[in-house]
Amino acid sequence: MGSEDAVEPVRAAVDAVYRTDSRRVLATLIRLLGDFDLAEEAMHDAFTAAVEQWPRDGVPANPRAWLVSTGRFKSISAMRKRARFDASLSEIAERLEAAARESGGHDEESVDDDRLRLIFTCCHPALTPDAQIALTLREVCGLTTEEIAHAFFTSPSTVAQRIVRAKAKIRDAGIPYQVPALGELAERLDSVLHVVYLVFNEGYFASSGESLTRHDLSAEAIRLGRLLIELLPEPEGVGLLALMLLHESRRAARTSPTGELILLADQDRSLWSRDQIAEGSMLVERALAMRRLGPYTLQAAIAAVHAEAPAAAATDWAQIVALYDILVRADPAPVVELNRAAAVAMRDGPLAGLTIIDAILARGVLADYLHAHSARADLCRRLGRLDEARASYTRALGLTRQEPERRFLERRLREIDQK
Amino acid sequence: MKYLCLIYDEEKKLAGMSKSEGDAFMGEYGAYTESVKASGHYLGGNPLQPVHTATTIRSRNGKVSTTDGPFAETKEQLGGYYLIEAKDLNEAIQVASRIPSVKTGSIEVRPIMVFNQ
Repeated sequence: MGSEDAVEPVRAAVDAVYRTDSRRVLATLIRLLGDFDLAEEAMHDAFTAAVEQWPRDGVPANPRAWLVSTGRFKSISAMRKRARFDASLSEIAERLEAAARESGGHDEESVDDDRLRLIFTCCHPALTPDAQIALTLREVCGLTTEEIAHAFFTSPSTVAQRIVRAKAKIRDAGIPYQVPALGELAERLDSVLHVVYLVFNEGYFASSGESLTRHDLSAEAIRLGRLLIELLPEPEGVGLLALMLLHESRRAARTSPTGELILLADQDRSLWSRDQIAEGSMLVERALAMRRLGPYTLQAAIAAVHAEAPAAAATDWAQIVALYDILVRADPAPVVELNRAAAVAMRDGPLAGLTIIDAILARGVLADYLHAHSARADLCRRLGRLDEARASYTRALGLTRQEPERRFLERRLREIDQK
Repeated sequence: MKYLCLIYDEEKKLAGMSKSEGDAFMGEYGAYTESVKASGHYLGGNPLQPVHTATTIRSRNGKVSTTDGPFAETKEQLGGYYLIEAKDLNEAIQVASRIPSVKTGSIEVRPIMVFNQ
């Protein structure tokens, strides 16, 4: 046994490997063992063994390979023991053992593929969106059930149950552990990007609760976005990372010290993160150069135009409207039309924007969408139609579930009443 | 004439059965299957995995969408079925997404239950 002095640095080394490599080890073990729960157990056994053995034997040359093979053999021997009571397990143990002999220690080769397999499996569209998010944060990002529950204002038992159900569906419905074939890749990548963007938005726009943003979730989404384009550099993945960075660059300027919401036009642009803007803009260029324009890339390009304007008044609204014209064709969603209307109002005046918003609302869509009413209210206010503005702000107020937003709308209502 | 008989049951009720109730129920199914085989009525049949394993596929304007769960519109009625062999859910989705009704209605994919005997 090593002395206490020797144990401490080794323990620090184990911790460091856990932080950098535990998700990679897990991703590979899921492939080798064919089961999420077995792989998690095996990974924990492997790290426990590392804590015991590395102080004595030294840190192995390739810690990750050591952990994978230790976890794999611990799992097989545990299954052998259990097989004494359940004969069906002995067949599985035999199969895993044979596969381990065949691979002859070359488990390391497809580590990147394993991480991509894990992402695509966690974001499989046959799982509910809630389950996709919980599973991705748990398995890919390594967040605990408690951390996920805290971030989404729900109980750890609810999150745990979502994860258990998702794993049951993966097993029972035969969701394979693989990167989709080229023909399915576009649809399946959409699903992955959607999960990443939902996680980001929950951190950035915090749909409910006291505080406006939850930085840790956004940071996690950006980390996921980076990992994804490292593994699979598709244009929309690059576009999404750019979009997240450009939004994130404004975080410090979005709220006042007392937690009040500050609109883009009123933000102190010196608080914007220049590093994130530079990286985001560079990624927009890269995505645009790939010549397959998708909704994330177009939204990122719009965010980049805002980021480039030294002051709100200097914003190139003509370019923003032009980008929205393409975006509406790529993603014909009412919310996109609404955002385009706001941009048209800035280019051509509030009446032009109001006409478009009223046309959208007349179709019966977005009736319960807060931002449709607050945008309408704002244009009416600028046109001096105060009664209409008051009615629309009141409608928006009835739809908000978020404290800072509520205070913002109440402030606007008071301002109108004082006119 | 051939008929497909669809069995609707409450999963919760079945899951809530005691071991002996469950065994008795399965015993009845076994006896029923034997009887229709003997009478020459039986062509094929299978129990399905629970509804949480279902996946629904639609295609609109050439874009295939896959969602969890059996979300058939209430106006859609069961109009037929294929029993297919596929190596996993992704392959099953590929095969099922070529069924013509994927463009007009939806296809629910459910894995067949396999008993370890």
